[in-house]
Amino acid sequence: MVENYNFAVFSNDQAGILNRITAVFSRVNLNIEALSVCESEQSGVFRHSVQVRCEHATALRLSKQLERQIEVIKAEFQVDDDMIQQEVALYKIASKSMLEQTLTEQIIHRHHARILSMNSEYTVIEKTGKRDESQALFDDLSVIGVLEFVRSGPVSISKPMANDAMSSDMSFFKQHATCDADH
Amino acid sequence: MNTVSMISDAMNLSETKVLPVTETISGSQAIIKSLLAEGVSQIFGYPGGAIMPTYDALMDFENQLEHILVRHEQGAVHAAQGYARASGDVGVCIATSGPGATNLITGIADAYLDSTPLVCITGQVFAHLLGTDAFQEIDILDISMPVTKWNYKVTQASEIPAAIAKAFYVAKSGRPGPVLIDITKNAQVESLDFVYQVCRNLSSYQPYPRPNQMALAQAASLINSAKKPLVLFGQGVILGSADTEFLKFAERIGAPLASTVLGLSAIPTDHPQYVGMLGMHGNYAPNKLTNECDVLIAVGMRFDDRVTSNLEFYAKQAQVVHFEIDPSEVNKNVHADVAVIGDVKQTLPELMKQLDSNEHLAWMTEFNELHQVETKKIIQQDLSPNTKEINMAEVIGGLNDLHENPIVVTDVGQHQMVACRYAEFEKTRSLITSGGLGTMGFCLPAAIGAKFACPDRPVVGIVGDGGVQMTIQELGVLMQHKLPVKVIILNNQFLGMVRQWQELYFDKRYAATKMNNPNFGMIADGYGIANHQVTDREELASALKVMMDHPGAYVLEVMVAQQDNVFPIITPGASVADMNLGPLDINTNTEEHEERVDG
Repeated sequence: MVENYNFAVFSNDQAGILNRITAVFSRVNLNIEALSVCESEQSGVFRHSVQVRCEHATALRLSKQLERQIEVIKAEFQVDDDMIQQEVALYKIASKSMLEQTLTEQIIHRHHARILSMNSEYTVIEKTGKRDESQALFDDLSVIGVLEFVRSGPVSISKPMANDAMSSDMSFFKQHATCDADH
Repeated sequence: MNTVSMISDAMNLSETKVLPVTETISGSQAIIKSLLAEGVSQIFGYPGGAIMPTYDALMDFENQLEHILVRHEQGAVHAAQGYARASGDVGVCIATSGPGATNLITGIADAYLDSTPLVCITGQVFAHLLGTDAFQEIDILDISMPVTKWNYKVTQASEIPAAIAKAFYVAKSGRPGPVLIDITKNAQVESLDFVYQVCRNLSSYQPYPRPNQMALAQAASLINSAKKPLVLFGQGVILGSADTEFLKFAERIGAPLASTVLGLSAIPTDHPQYVGMLGMHGNYAPNKLTNECDVLIAVGMRFDDRVTSNLEFYAKQAQVVHFEIDPSEVNKNVHADVAVIGDVKQTLPELMKQLDSNEHLAWMTEFNELHQVETKKIIQQDLSPNTKEINMAEVIGGLNDLHENPIVVTDVGQHQMVACRYAEFEKTRSLITSGGLGTMGFCLPAAIGAKFACPDRPVVGIVGDGGVQMTIQELGVLMQHKLPVKVIILNNQFLGMVRQWQELYFDKRYAATKMNNPNFGMIADGYGIANHQVTDREELASALKVMMDHPGAYVLEVMVAQQDNVFPIITPGASVADMNLGPLDINTNTEEHEERVDG
């Protein structure tokens, strides 16, 4: 069954490692639906969050191929249900309409969004939430006219406690992950 | 500056208790000294603008580090592959930026698929010119990324020793593979305080996973209770230098032993338990009985599709035990009921403690009976044909009869499969062939590398008329170095394997497979290499003897039957159990014709 899989790939800080990670997915013709990179809770270790739609068997195979990369410390994946996800959306609208229409304020209020920046020309609205929530706000604002719209793509964090936080001993993880991959 | 620790966490120099003596030298000298520190004595390469400082430094170390000038960078990387596969050491090649680097790619890809330890060093334009489309600037790091185990761009001299140390460690440890280090010209000319420390571990890399004891116990129990066990062994046995451990294990359990193409020569061909080669053109018995064994024991092999054929019909009745060093290979193609992840040199002796001594005589007899069928239908005719023209197989047979125990290096195509089927091996690392990538043009340069690695062993290249013309310029290396490599060109004036597929699966429409060849003897003459052409069977044995006895390089062209086919064959898409023993067996209504074959 094709599902949304959220990969968390932990790597050393080396130029080119992102290409190696994305190539594991593109090689099997998978589109990356969302991607974000940040330093993890462990200093010097980077977390690449990659979201793809694929079968479970494919996800399992790809996670092992990701761990095969020399600079990758650990690769794990989870389905949406096991993740808490959020994304940020920004909307730019003309300030004129803002001043003229209380409707806009009502929309912002109703969607629990907030005004991030405002001047005489334009207003930037920020909404944090799930994909359908930011989409709903977009749809409502479209009546007024959205000049520019951008979405961060989801960032996700795992729900279960089974995966302990990154240990300071990275080699432990790799050993653990590879040996138990199939048992 | 923090570059050293970025490359390798094992290289934290400040922690070293006794500070090693440092010296201030140029980046180029550091490259050479790093190679020497890794025990490298021969490298293959081709100079050019961006690597010139390193070539200049090489002149000062000529006595310690021999550089072999190839005639095309592809020759350098294949030679390094041949060197690595014959010796077990890391092969090193060196090239300039741009076209020099891109010309290495085919060989790097070949080494990647066949797990060959290589360190490839390429020059790069000055760091300040990166990204400007400077002369001969190409992003070789991105190009080589999918075909290297690791790669790295060095932009300052101080990074060189740590980068090269890590390159060697990554290339040779665990499942070996090719590594590319791209070094900008400024890094070669700048100076650094040089100190070399061998890299021994990396926190993000676990090359030798410890075997899981529970898996070992399960494996032992399955193997002990098996009635019809079949062992498939691959190159993992050779790469892990585990041939002794493997034989002890195999003799303890008394199971039939079948080899993948790359596993060939890991055990002697005449071992009583050896039942032949697996795969599309392998032997009848091991392929057919794959689907009758009860426990399939895979040792250091990766269930390539040329071995398994159609996975839906592959060993479905068997419990599969997979011994493998690379976790990403387990359950990739064939589901493993028990997976023992680790180096077979370590896992097999641990397993031995729990294994019962066994023999399976009735089961072995089934292999022998099927082998008799194959002998009668194919092998006899192949080795002693009643045709007027010479067969490829009888050339290999003639070579076997000389008992010189050579390293056999093949190209890709019909002659490759025939050599794999018929060559007899006594020692490990005696067959060097392009298995995963199937690279035509591999033979001649790889044979050169093998001969440099093993000057005391005879090296025989077996190549087709198509493949030899892909890298024929490397005859220049044989000439320049007076290198006694023997080259047998099996000339059928066709791209034979493709022609065979056209005959069997494409209605005999011979698209672009007929070749008008040059006079190979005259080409060899041009390089001052002794040569001979054989057209008559009566001449063959003596011609082979003359070739092997000749003190220098030799090109022996054997004119072989044009329309000869390699049998048996598993039709693409069929089951391993449905091996065709001859043209009459072929069902040409196959589903799958899209695969690439080579000549």
